[in-house]
Amino acid sequence: MTTTIAETTDDTVIVPKPNMLLRALMAVPPALWTLLVLISIWELSVQIGKVPAYILPAPSAIGAVFFNYWHRLLPNALVTLSEVLIGFIGAVVVGVPLAVMIVYSRAMEKAVYPLIVASQTVPKVAIAPLLLTWFGYGMTPKIVIVILLAFFPIVINSVMGLKSSSREMIYLARSMGASGLQTFWKFRLPQALPSIFAGLKLATVLSVIGAVVAEFIGADKGLGYLILIAGANFDITRQFASIILITLIGVLFFVTLEQMERFFIPWKARSNIAGEG
Amino acid sequence: MAAPETIRSASRPHISISGVSKTFQGRQGPVQALQDINLSIEKGEFVSILGPSGCGKSTLLMLLSGLLPVTKGRIDVDKKHIDGPNADAGIVFQQDVLLEWRSALQNIMIQAEIRKSNIPEARERARQLLKMVSLTDFENSYPKELSGGMRQRVSICRALLHRPPLLLMDEPFGALDAMTRDQLQIDLLRLCSDNDMTVFFITHSITEAIFLSDRVVVMSPRPGRIERIIDIDLPRPRRLSMREDAKFIDYTRELTGIFKSLGVFREEY
Repeated sequence: MTTTIAETTDDTVIVPKPNMLLRALMAVPPALWTLLVLISIWELSVQIGKVPAYILPAPSAIGAVFFNYWHRLLPNALVTLSEVLIGFIGAVVVGVPLAVMIVYSRAMEKAVYPLIVASQTVPKVAIAPLLLTWFGYGMTPKIVIVILLAFFPIVINSVMGLKSSSREMIYLARSMGASGLQTFWKFRLPQALPSIFAGLKLATVLSVIGAVVAEFIGADKGLGYLILIAGANFDITRQFASIILITLIGVLFFVTLEQMERFFIPWKARSNIAGEG
Repeated sequence: MAAPETIRSASRPHISISGVSKTFQGRQGPVQALQDINLSIEKGEFVSILGPSGCGKSTLLMLLSGLLPVTKGRIDVDKKHIDGPNADAGIVFQQDVLLEWRSALQNIMIQAEIRKSNIPEARERARQLLKMVSLTDFENSYPKELSGGMRQRVSICRALLHRPPLLLMDEPFGALDAMTRDQLQIDLLRLCSDNDMTVFFITHSITEAIFLSDRVVVMSPRPGRIERIIDIDLPRPRRLSMREDAKFIDYTRELTGIFKSLGVFREEY
């Protein structure tokens, strides 16, 4: 390891050899720089324009809320996070096997698949109050709504992926004497993985939306609940803090899935959304 | 004729196709793809099936592989009646059908994994095969990093891993450019040379059929029938320059004439 720029105290020009700090700075995705610039503009506009906090709080004020109210924010964030995660996992557990059944059984494809597709026209938000009646006030109705929202893209994309094996590929498997199970594990499932992951990534976004919307409709915990309470008290700053936390949950969730995708699908071209580290 | 690489075993019918017909259920009633096919192939023979699109030659290969059932007639390979997938055969399609998530070597090894063969032994053979087609440096490359010709070479190696007595090839070079095609024909002959392997090769290229084969089976379309069988009496090992030999050109002329008489080629304009 060479010395970092922070330890170099003399005034001599640093040799062009790339040092670690510079490399670390270069590694920061460009989008983060953009975000930093936007936040700075926001801060400056609020300061210079003297915008009242009940209309638009400065980023620094929101930062202060994080610092002062973390004991309220954190437990509620954890509640929302659990709803999102449990619901998402539930959607995967229901969705992927269902997709397998639809692909392998003509009867299922004919009798169930169209209903699943048609059911998507039912607005989930409209069912939420009903679920509250059925499952009460706790986490259960939130998890159910997350499952309902997240499971659709998982099923659709898994079905698409599992059907994407070419006829030749199936012939090839059979010509080797592969059993049905071998054909599934060694040919069809790996072939379907990119598509399944596309569905999972879509589902992460929908899971977060589902949890927050469910909390809006009836909850005494969670970030959605915090937003409502803060709104009732005209505390826009706390609303912002909650929104940022929700966003953070969503982004972290999505990024985790991207990392899993890279791990499970190393052959797929690396996406360069976030830049290379 | 008796070059060391072409020691073919004495005549014993290896494949017998007798009275085979195949009918598909189409939208507008049944469509007959093959009509009364009779063909017997000896062990170690390289036989090409030559014909225009839609003459049912690929269907014949599917029947031979047991992946599709015959409608009428009977197929035996090595005295074994084919009534299900013939797992002894190796098969190569026009598309390489490589598994994108596996490296070149792993793609060949799937054959051993499915068959539960001895893995280290199979890996040794896979590397040997890759060496024979000059892909040693690419054993860890993923298919998307390989050119079309390289991919198809890997798929041929995969078909050969388990030393199949019968290699079925369905227009394997049809999607490749002409120069790659020439090289792969040579590669294929090299791979076949030290094997007592029968090759059943589907093509619509007259030159390719003559260059590779011991016998060329000419098929006519709708319904697919065997029109003529021509013995190719050219020495082995085959060399690309032989394509300019008088004998080779005679075969080309003969085959072109057959297709002209069948109405496959129409020259008026």
